[in-house]
Amino acid sequence: MSNRLLLKGGRVVDPSQGIDDDLDVLLEDGRVTEVVARAKPRGAEIVDVSGRIVCPGFIDIHVHLREPGREDKETIVTGTRAAAAGGFTAVCAMPNTDPVNDRAEVTRAILERAREGAAVRVYPIGAISRGSKGEELAEYGDLREAGCVAVSDDGRPVASARMMRRALEYARAFDLTVIDHCEEPSLAEGASMNESAVSTILGLRGNPPAGEAIMVERDVLLAELTRGKVHIAHISAAASVDAVRRGKARGVRVTAEATPHHLLLIDELVRTSSYDTSTKMNPPLRGEADRRGVLEGLRDGTIDCIATDHAPHSVDDKKVEFDHAAFGIVGLETAVSLCLDRLVAAGVVDLTRAVALLSTNPARLLALPGGTLAPGSPADVTVLDLGRRVKVTPEKFESKGRNTPFGGWILKGGPSMTIVGGRVAWSA
Amino acid sequence: MSGFPHRHLLGIEPLEPAEIQLILDTAETLREVLDRPIKKVPTLRGKTVINLFYENSTRTRSSFEVAERVLSADSLSIATATSSAQKGETLLDTAKNLEAMNPDMIILRHAASGAPHFLARHCRPSIVNAGDGAHEHPTQALLDALTLRQKKGRIKGLRVAIVGDILHSRVARSNLWLLTKMGADVVLCAPPTLIPPGIEAMAPVTYSIDEAVEGADAIMMLRIQRERMAGGFFPSTREFHIRFGLTEARVKRAKKDVVILHPGPMNRGVEIASEVADGPYSVILDQVTNGVAVRMAVLYLLLGGGSGEAAA
Repeated sequence: MSNRLLLKGGRVVDPSQGIDDDLDVLLEDGRVTEVVARAKPRGAEIVDVSGRIVCPGFIDIHVHLREPGREDKETIVTGTRAAAAGGFTAVCAMPNTDPVNDRAEVTRAILERAREGAAVRVYPIGAISRGSKGEELAEYGDLREAGCVAVSDDGRPVASARMMRRALEYARAFDLTVIDHCEEPSLAEGASMNESAVSTILGLRGNPPAGEAIMVERDVLLAELTRGKVHIAHISAAASVDAVRRGKARGVRVTAEATPHHLLLIDELVRTSSYDTSTKMNPPLRGEADRRGVLEGLRDGTIDCIATDHAPHSVDDKKVEFDHAAFGIVGLETAVSLCLDRLVAAGVVDLTRAVALLSTNPARLLALPGGTLAPGSPADVTVLDLGRRVKVTPEKFESKGRNTPFGGWILKGGPSMTIVGGRVAWSA
Repeated sequence: MSGFPHRHLLGIEPLEPAEIQLILDTAETLREVLDRPIKKVPTLRGKTVINLFYENSTRTRSSFEVAERVLSADSLSIATATSSAQKGETLLDTAKNLEAMNPDMIILRHAASGAPHFLARHCRPSIVNAGDGAHEHPTQALLDALTLRQKKGRIKGLRVAIVGDILHSRVARSNLWLLTKMGADVVLCAPPTLIPPGIEAMAPVTYSIDEAVEGADAIMMLRIQRERMAGGFFPSTREFHIRFGLTEARVKRAKKDVVILHPGPMNRGVEIASEVADGPYSVILDQVTNGVAVRMAVLYLLLGGGSGEAAA
C-alpha cells in the first residue's frame, strides 16, 4: 500500500541539514523521500503549506503520560493527542508511573498501549533504580531491549552520589543517557516554591537554587569520573547552567534541557496570582536572575533542548491549599506557541535554533529516529504557522490536565499540522 | 474615609495606611462597649459568622467568639485538627458545605499559607484570615498596633524591635507590613538561621539583640518553638536565651518607657525571661483586650457596611 503526501510551497527549516529555503517535501511510505524545489506529485496527496514553516517533527523528551496507574490524570491516548495538537511528533515518557517503569514488562505494556492508540510516537524512559527508590539499579539491559531510550528517576532526585555513579557507569554498557532531576533533598524538604524574598512574603517554604546547582555540579563531576552520559532535566538555576557550561567546556558528556515555564516565568507569579496552584511545579519558578541565566544558556548553546515536563494533574490534586497541591503543569499544548512568540519573535533565538532545540537536538541527544528531514528519515513533520493567533484555552486541551499558568495568554504563532509516519496526526 | 473597600481581610499587605487607620479608629470606638455593664450591641444581628479553625488556638478563637457575641452576630466554631482533615474532607469541601448554610463570613485559621486566599477565590462569604501558615496574622498585628497607639499615642516614628523566630512567624510578617506602612522604624533580630531571605529589603536586620533593643520604644517578642531546635535552627534553648533572649539587663538598653509585646504563648526562659514577662513594661494583657476590640472592628467593617456610626 502506497501512502504519499506532498507538502507544497512551504519554507523548510531543517537545522540538521542547514536548510532554510522554500522547498517541497515528499513523504512516501512513512519516509521522507524528497526535499526539493517544485517536487513532482507522482500521485501524492498534495497539502498546500504555502506561507508556513515545514520542520522535522518536534520531540519532547520529558513528558508524564501517567499510564499505567494514574489514568484519571492522563492516558497514553490523551497525552499523545495533546502532543499532536501541540506540534510534537514524538514524546519520551517518564517512568514515574504506577507501577514504575523499572522493568521490561512495564516498558512493553506502555509500547503496546501506544501501538493501539497513540497519536504520536512514544519512547519510554526506564527507571534508574528499582521502584525509583534510589537503592538498587534497575535492569538497564532488559529496559533497553524492551525499548527504553534513557533512564531517569525523574520526580525524585538521585540522592546518593554512589547510586548516581553506578548508574552512569552501568548505563555505558547499553549506551543509555542518565537523566537526573537535580535537587539536594535535604535543602528542598517541605518546600513548595523557590526560596526568595517572594517565599518570605508568602510564608511558603522555599527550595533554594543552590539545592539544584549542588546536584548538577555533582552529576557533572560524576559524568567526568565515569565517562557516562548525564542529561540535566528541567534546569532552572543560573548556577546549574554555569556548571553545565564548565562541564561541556572540559569535554564532559553532559547535556541539559529547559522548560518554557522556567524560560518565561518567575516566582513573583506565585504572589501576583495569589497562590494559584498552577504556578506550583518542581523545580519551582525561580527569580529573574535565574531565569536570565537559563535564557543565556539557551542562547549560548549550554542548553541543548526545550522539553515541557508535561505533568497533568486532576482538578482534585490542584484545587487545594498551595502547600498540599501536586507539583507540575501541562506543557505539550502551549510549548510551541510560547517558543515562537516569546523566544523567536522576541529575538532570544532565531527560528532555526528554535527548531534545533525542539527537534534536531532532542533526537540526537537520545539517539532517536527523526529530528531531520534528510531523505530516508521517518516522515515526522511539524508544520508551523507563524501568523496564527493562539489563545491558550485550557478547557479545550486534548490533555486531561488543565493545570497551566498560561491560561488566557494570547500568542502569535503555533503548530498548524503534525504529521507522524507520513500521516496527518493533527491539523489546526 | 467612608467605608472599608475590601470584602476580605487576607493580610495587612494589601491594606492602605488609611484603611489600617480606619480599623484602629473603629476598634477604639467599639472598645468602649466592652466597659459597659451590658456588653452587647445589635450591630450584626442576623449576620452569621463561622470560625473555622484547623489549628489549635485558644486566644485568637475565643477573642473572635467574644467579638461576635458582643456585636450580636450568630456564630459557630468548628475546630478541626489538621491531621483528621487530611484523612477526610478537603478544605474546599468543608467550606462549600458551610457555604450552603449561607454564612456571611468565614474566619479561617489554617497551617497552609494562602489557605484564606484559596477560600476567597472559591467561596462567596467574606473571609478573615485568623493566621495562615507563616504568611500573615492580620488581626494580631492590628491589636498590637492598637496597643502601641494607646501606650505611645502614635505609631509613626516609633522605634520597634521585632525579636525571635522571624522565619516561621506570621505575626512578624503582619507586624512588619503594618508598622512600616504606618511609618514606624522597625529593626529585626534573630539568629541568621531564623531570618528569612530577602526580608532585609523591608527592614534592617541585626543578629545582636543588644543592638536591636537599643533605644527601642517597643519590643515585640516572637515565640520560639522548641521543635525548631530539632530542625537545627539553633543548638540549644540555653544558648538561645543567653544570646538572643530578652533579659532585664537588655531591657535597660531600651527607652525607659519601653513596652514589651508578645503574641503568646510565651516560653519563659527561652525568648523571654520571667522577670521581663511579668515586669511593669509588659502590655501582654492589654493586647488580649485590644484583640477583642480589633476583631469587633474587622467584623463590623466587613459585615456592617462600615460607612455609618461605628457603635450603634
